[in-house]
Amino acid sequence: MKRFLPLIIFASLCVFLVIGLQLNPKEVPSPLIGKPTPVFELPVLDQTNTQFSPEQMRGQVWLLNVWASWCVSCRDEHPLLVEMAKQKLVPIIGLNYKDKDPLAIEWLSKMGDPYQLSIVDKLGNVGINYGVYGVPETFVIDKNGIIKYKFTGPLTTTAVQKELLPLLAKLNQ
Amino acid sequence: MHCAIANEALPLAANPELESQVAKIAVELRCLVCQNETIAGSNAELAVDLRQQIRDQLQNGKSKEDIMAYMVDRYGDFVLYKPPVKISTFILWFGPFVLLFAGLWSLLRHIRREHIQEKTVRDSVDELSQARALLSSVKKDSK
Repeated sequence: MKRFLPLIIFASLCVFLVIGLQLNPKEVPSPLIGKPTPVFELPVLDQTNTQFSPEQMRGQVWLLNVWASWCVSCRDEHPLLVEMAKQKLVPIIGLNYKDKDPLAIEWLSKMGDPYQLSIVDKLGNVGINYGVYGVPETFVIDKNGIIKYKFTGPLTTTAVQKELLPLLAKLNQ
Repeated sequence: MHCAIANEALPLAANPELESQVAKIAVELRCLVCQNETIAGSNAELAVDLRQQIRDQLQNGKSKEDIMAYMVDRYGDFVLYKPPVKISTFILWFGPFVLLFAGLWSLLRHIRREHIQEKTVRDSVDELSQARALLSSVKKDSK
């Protein structure tokens, strides 16, 4: 037993190393989960006179998807969002983050518009309040306006099927 | 180009004291886009925005603690370069010392054991020579 002690210590170091290598350092747990959505009021894209605030979504489970026309990974994610909108899985509100209105509007007309509406966060201040650091990000918000989950980076079919759908089913009960 | 440089430098000249305060806070915050850079050192757009956020809050009379709390509320403890001491970070803070003391302890034990072994060997050498002396004296007597 004693002779194997160094080997055992080495092996356990290896185990920690392997676990460490499999973690994604970009996935920082959001401290906002379980907390109410930060309050804001912002103009709606393409309808500058209309304002949107998260209060308007009370009583519904909804997604807040942070996107921008300059964001490359948003392009990967977009067809999935369009598909989700087509199936009417859940209302999706877009947060157009640090973008230019004409570019954003053009992007939506080209790629399809999965959003119930998009709001314009030109300076990125609402983004900071939501702790956004890597667009795209998707927040799942429940009927009481509590943030339940956050996806950082593009949504994938697997993530939608394995994580989002069960969560939505639970929240909609 | 010259114009751009002049534009960049302006805020520094405008209020050097405020800028140094901003820098002091920004070096303690991690940029979440380039995770091994501070907000002070990173050129990522988010870092620029957060520096502006620090600047605005300082101008509004917020203290360093207020600003740190503001950042942690939004980005989590990960945003701090110096993580707070709490139950989930105990291993991080005290683990190295535990390892150090465990190492020292096993080193001491090892040294002490060698010492005892050496001593017993030395003792037995002494005893052996004594025994030999005794034996040879017995032999001499019997002759």
